[in-house]
Amino acid sequence: MAASPVQVTGTVLTTRRVDAYHALTVVAPGVADRTRPGHFVGVAVGGPSTSMLTRRAFAIHDVKPDYGGTVELVFTVRGPGTAWLADLRARDTLDLVGPLGRPFPLPRDPCTCVLVGGEYGSASLFALGDALQQRGCRIDFVLGAPSADRLFGALRARRMGETTTLTTEDGSIGMRGKVTDVLPGVIADTRADVVYACGPMAMLQGVTAVAVEFDIPVQVAVEEAMACGIGVCMTCVLPVIGDDGVTRMVRACTDGPVFRGERVRFEDVGTIPFDALGAPGGRHA
Amino acid sequence: MLTASGCGGTGRELAQFFDVTRLGAFVTRSITMAPRAGRPTPRMAETPSGLLNAVGLQGPGVEAFLTQELPWLAERGARTVVSIGGGTVAEYTALARRLADAPGVTAVEVNLSCPNVEDRGRVFARDGSSAAEVVASVRAATRYDVPVIAKLAPDVADIVAVARSCVDGGADALAMINTPVGMSVDVDTMRPSLAAGTGGLSGPAIRPLAVRCVWQVHAALPGVPIIGMGGVTSGRDALEFVLAGACAVAVGSALFHDPYACPRIQRELEELLTERGFDRLADAVGLAHHPPGSGPRGRTDLEESSL
Repeated sequence: MAASPVQVTGTVLTTRRVDAYHALTVVAPGVADRTRPGHFVGVAVGGPSTSMLTRRAFAIHDVKPDYGGTVELVFTVRGPGTAWLADLRARDTLDLVGPLGRPFPLPRDPCTCVLVGGEYGSASLFALGDALQQRGCRIDFVLGAPSADRLFGALRARRMGETTTLTTEDGSIGMRGKVTDVLPGVIADTRADVVYACGPMAMLQGVTAVAVEFDIPVQVAVEEAMACGIGVCMTCVLPVIGDDGVTRMVRACTDGPVFRGERVRFEDVGTIPFDALGAPGGRHA
Repeated sequence: MLTASGCGGTGRELAQFFDVTRLGAFVTRSITMAPRAGRPTPRMAETPSGLLNAVGLQGPGVEAFLTQELPWLAERGARTVVSIGGGTVAEYTALARRLADAPGVTAVEVNLSCPNVEDRGRVFARDGSSAAEVVASVRAATRYDVPVIAKLAPDVADIVAVARSCVDGGADALAMINTPVGMSVDVDTMRPSLAAGTGGLSGPAIRPLAVRCVWQVHAALPGVPIIGMGGVTSGRDALEFVLAGACAVAVGSALFHDPYACPRIQRELEELLTERGFDRLADAVGLAHHPPGSGPRGRTDLEESSL
């Protein structure tokens, strides 16, 4: 589980546009062979004399054995850091630290899994799907996005999954609506045993609520703003209920990014719940 | 070479990348009496060549620290500087007393940038007398062979006066600087970037400010060992602090960018010193204060460096 991360200077192999997103394949031996589905990498942006101090965290979309091991990242341009990444060309170098985080736990016995992806959160689900299928699991995809060009990996999902349900908020592809509108139907039809989800927080909250209603386990990979990705900066915390029932502010980078959905207090993300361990004026203070 | 307080986690995170026992010392995040959940998110905002943070001293409290974190460091033989933070003089004293019989404490660093509950929430470091009061009581509660380091904030009218008060209060060394308070506003959401509003600014953006503080304090108190920090990302940056008067250098935000920053900067610094013909770091400490050609000065009062 706890594969120790390494820092490597990787060479960019290919860059491509995928609808609204960018995909970057980087030769990164050492990172690639340790990666499990759900792991992420911390990427330094801006080159060696950068003024951007924090690393950007990206889920690993794909790992291939070519050239000693490559990883593929999918991202969208959100600021100067990701804009710099989007301008990289083949043979440029990129400083990566990885693999980071705790990967998706896999079921011991074959079962039926629904994989839910929001926007480019679906990127990390395909490696997971492969791993599940190798264990004899049945997988079904539910992918959603605001519009068709922001729906990532629909074709691949159709090839891999037993069924694939697409939703867009503007109705440009698949059903009009959100993944949570169709998820109960998919869970009921497939008699799913477990749900895996990756995407925006609001979606994870909705997916968790559906899974709890069906009383099946749900594993969510959260997106939080991170500075270091290795667990030292303490900025990516969110309230999660521990095994002892106590809520703690835990780091998404080292304690996550994969959590049991029902343990994450989604409605309190961005706050310190009054009953969290060490909260101001709380019962543990 | 040290890690800066609050930038190295518990030590376990960095140990994945390099041997923490090779550090001059590992400085813990500020330990508080009770567990603290810290501030709400977002806690971090990137600024040009810098980083604003408002974590709010999240930590498990001193008891969990003593049972889970310190023994791990002690087992490995890492030299550990325990940073402590409190809201009252009594809390600092209690923390120092609690640490006094714990094995594996190389030194105690007093984080003076905590709001003083008894002084309308103004930080201790803002005023010489309250800083000295904390330092004196921690000094009294700490074992005689464990040095007490006062960590100073740059947000003061006269850093030399605060430094002098701390030394008079019994500080064996000074660590400077803590992060100056900064703020950024997100123009898209039209709200402060940090949930807490303001935060501490770190990174290369504050290095000139830090070097100035080290320079001024070394000029006024040449016999007091100074741990310089603030935006050190390379051996050259570290040497800048040494030449200004620091006899040890701590690395903070650079760890977020490069987990190997400490061993790399130490190697770079060693190379730079060798290139310039120094046999030991102590010979370079404060050298920028002396015009070229001036005779060697007595350095017998300086503590041996961590290199």
